Amino acid sequence: MKGRIVSISGATIRADLAGAKVGDRVYVGTARLTGEVVRLERDMATIQVFEEVRGLGVGEPVVSAGGPLAVSLGPGLLGGIFDGLQRPLTVLRSQGGDFMQSGQDSFPMDRTTEYRFETECRPGDEVQTGDPLGWVMEGHIRHPVLSPVGGRISKIHAGLATLETPLVHFKAGDAVKLWHAWPVRQPRPRKTRQVPGVPLVTGQRCLDFLFPLLKGGVAIVPGGFGTGKTVLEQSIAKFADVDVVVYVGCGERGNEMAGLLDEFGDLRDQKSGRPLAERTIIVANTSNMPVAARESSIFTAVTMAEYYRDMGLDVLLLADSLSRWAEALREISSALEEMPGEDGYPTYLGSRLANFIERAGVVETTTGAQGSLTMILAVSPPGADFAEPVTQSCLRVAGTLWILDTRLAHRRHFPAVDWTQSYSLYSEHAASHFADRHTGWGGVRDRCRDLLQREESLREVAEVVGMEGLQERDRLLMEMAERIRLDFLCQNSFTEDAFSSPQATVERITRLIEEYDRALGQLDTGATLEEVLREAKDATF
Amino acid sequence: MRLSEHAYQTVSALRGPLLFLEQTFAARIGELVTIISPEGRRMDGEVLKVDGGQVLIQVYGETQGLDCERTLVVLQDTVKQAPLGDGVLGRVFDGSFVPRDQLPMFIPERWAPISGAPMNPVAREHPEEMIETGISCIDGLNTLVKGQKLPIFSCAGLPARELTDQLLSQARLPGGGPFVVVFVAVGLTHFEYTYYRETLAGMEDRFVAFVNLADDPVVERLLAPRLGLTVAEDLGFRCGMDVLVIMADMTNYCDALREIATAREELPGRRGYPGHMYSDLASLYERAGRVHGRSGSVTILPVVTMPEDDITHPIPDLTGYITEGQIVLSRELHQKGIFPPVDVLPSLSRLMQNGIGPGQTRDDHRDLVNRLYRAYAKGCDLRRLEAVVGRDGMLEEDRKILDFADRFEADFVHQGDQRRSIDGTLDCGKQLLADFGLLS
Ligand SMILES: Nc1ncnc2c1ncn2[C@@H]1O[C@H](COP(=O)(O)OP(=O)(O)OP(=O)(O)O)[C@@H](O)[C@H]1O
Ligand SMILES: [Mg+2]
Repeated sequence: MKGRIVSISGATIRADLAGAKVGDRVYVGTARLTGEVVRLERDMATIQVFEEVRGLGVGEPVVSAGGPLAVSLGPGLLGGIFDGLQRPLTVLRSQGGDFMQSGQDSFPMDRTTEYRFETECRPGDEVQTGDPLGWVMEGHIRHPVLSPVGGRISKIHAGLATLETPLVHFKAGDAVKLWHAWPVRQPRPRKTRQVPGVPLVTGQRCLDFLFPLLKGGVAIVPGGFGTGKTVLEQSIAKFADVDVVVYVGCGERGNEMAGLLDEFGDLRDQKSGRPLAERTIIVANTSNMPVAARESSIFTAVTMAEYYRDMGLDVLLLADSLSRWAEALREISSALEEMPGEDGYPTYLGSRLANFIERAGVVETTTGAQGSLTMILAVSPPGADFAEPVTQSCLRVAGTLWILDTRLAHRRHFPAVDWTQSYSLYSEHAASHFADRHTGWGGVRDRCRDLLQREESLREVAEVVGMEGLQERDRLLMEMAERIRLDFLCQNSFTEDAFSSPQATVERITRLIEEYDRALGQLDTGATLEEVLREAKDATF
Repeated sequence: MRLSEHAYQTVSALRGPLLFLEQTFAARIGELVTIISPEGRRMDGEVLKVDGGQVLIQVYGETQGLDCERTLVVLQDTVKQAPLGDGVLGRVFDGSFVPRDQLPMFIPERWAPISGAPMNPVAREHPEEMIETGISCIDGLNTLVKGQKLPIFSCAGLPARELTDQLLSQARLPGGGPFVVVFVAVGLTHFEYTYYRETLAGMEDRFVAFVNLADDPVVERLLAPRLGLTVAEDLGFRCGMDVLVIMADMTNYCDALREIATAREELPGRRGYPGHMYSDLASLYERAGRVHGRSGSVTILPVVTMPEDDITHPIPDLTGYITEGQIVLSRELHQKGIFPPVDVLPSLSRLMQNGIGPGQTRDDHRDLVNRLYRAYAKGCDLRRLEAVVGRDGMLEEDRKILDFADRFEADFVHQGDQRRSIDGTLDCGKQLLADFGLLS
């Protein structure tokens, strides 16, 4: 299918493209920019272009790629860094230089790498769609090759193979390769959905202990600028106990991506001892890169995440920030002159968001394995006011809410998790899981919460009467709550303390609570508050 | 390539800075156009929208005097470019790159599109080398590093101009080396300009300035930062210099953006600012950076006036979401006579982590910062308590911290028009801590 550009308004163009379908990928102009058909009126297609359009002229050709926007899936994605359209940024740089150019296209994986294809199938075997044909190893990850069709095998290539080697031939003429394409907006199939039950250890004391997340669950992290969303997400990306991490820098800073790349090159995975990069995929669509590709970037990322989930792995997707994605959606919608909803966002913001977030979960894969896809999504509310459409839409679908508070951040209390307003719907599940493994988890947790809560109400009193006006027991509580805040809740991501195992977490809080009990006992047996506090101060970690 | 004539006299409408042209052939989005008024005045414009033969053009210049019948519009078949070369150094231009200093235009060695191209994220080198501004609150506590974007959040009536002035003339590399300041002024009053002019005059050829005055065309406010950044990228990434781009006052830029969006009948967002303001500002500020394998850098220091002193106003808010920290000025400190009146607690440089300490500044830098910050934060907390219970009702220890906070403001934050080297800054902080027994 081929047509011509009729009009251009920003990155939205119209072209006469008879026979196109909504969602089709198209190549726009002589520069062959990537676009997606978003609307059709008879033969007139409205196309959202994912690249810089400057210089594009009316009358230039538009060609349909004959299918929807898709990503390529196969071994070799791990360690990769892609833009929102899954173009490998390292390759783009070596081809086009340090600055991005329009119309560059490149295959996301290395076509020359050889993998050893192992198979138990034989010529003459009859297989069904989805049956395993064999596998290759990407590092320590086993990639099954599943049959995209049913039929009788005529020929098999075992041994070394590149992505393009035909591995299995069918009588009907089809040949199977190591990679395949999958439309980004279509969730990958699964047998069943299961209920999440295992905690995802983030290594953040405050989160694992008070507001735990489960593998397969969804956490959202709203916070004003500078409250620590990015530092928190990047820290979790390093330490989370998962097999694969997909990190999407969606409309955020280039320097942050550079920092991430530097660090991940040096660091090693705690569990496997391998370089962190080997378990990580980065999708980087920074704020100055084209807006429409920002919109597609989270779908590109989640499709790659599902691909690894389908191998029976635990996958974690981190997105920073979903608000930038929503703003991209808003810009596209307004270019299409759609009726705006709240704050100018399209009315389908909520449903589009749900389409994305619902791709998280624990599943039984088509091959019977169990895999999980967990999401941690940063949200950047304007003016740090959470009563806005993006935060609110996320709240409806997320199981865990980690609110980051500007006041805490200004006091350098990091992670600036607001312990009075954050919550986790998975608390009970996670607590019982942890309690089985770490003694004291449940009881200490209630004590800790209670202490923090009572501090909150005492603080209001203290603001009126001053600390001197409080009873000694209350002053002790205030002091100990402060220690819990500083020594337990605070965790500097730039020090050794960046990761805390569940065992270390529960030990640390238990010690603090025990100390409080001891001090309380001393106070009851006649010691003065000053004495008690001095002793508590000397007890160091 | 176009086959037909690309000069047109088919203007159908003029609305604010917008011009509508009809019966064009194969116009390009973002294409540069030249507009010639009936009296022969020439100005540039840019194609914003093409619908068949109809073209919407944004005019960079004064639309007064244009008409529909005789105005000539020439489509140039190229995007807007900036002239580049060594000749820019030591010069002052307006928002259309016309010399403002009564000297002839320099002879360009090359041209580059003013919109720039996004840096490939894998080409970026993480910023970690300090730029010495001479201001203790920045160098010591919120260190600026090459390739960073760090805004100054001011309020109306605060001495942002004086601070900008100091930064202009005092910023340099701690170890020396090729360093240039690109100064972009948008919506500057003539009064302010007289001060800056003096400062620039003393800077020889270590600067380039783009000055858009308050009564210059509003659309040029959108151009000036882009011209400045295109020059900065050329000097930085091509010529290997370390370039500091100071942009004042970006609130005027945002207001111009709103004005033009309204003329284009775009859907207004928060407080009337357009929904794409985040992306637009990011397209400027993200041009800061360093590139692997190249020696220069572009660092951006925008000055933003917070309307109604409100940090949640869309302008500072979106800026904060893009930049790597912020330096916040305080009305209270200003009233105490402290200059620069930097509010230390909400100020933060997010990239200072790697730019200070052993091998960068001084071994004791990080430790000093932490101590100063902690003691001052405590002091500020205690001031609130002091307001309730009075100084006499407070513990001896707490009174000492209160004194420290006062001295910290008077000796460390306040520095008048004196420039402090990083060593001077750290020594000053160390002395203070020693005086109050806070060093061990
Ligand atoms: N866990 C932490 N430990 C130490 N410092 C932290 C931590 N979290 C945040 N910070 C400090 O706060 C700064 C801002 O954090 P971060 O960049 O993560 O904010 P953000 O919420 O992502 O902001 P934005 O919305 O503007 O991107 C960091 O540069 C760092 O100085
Ligand atoms: Mg961030």
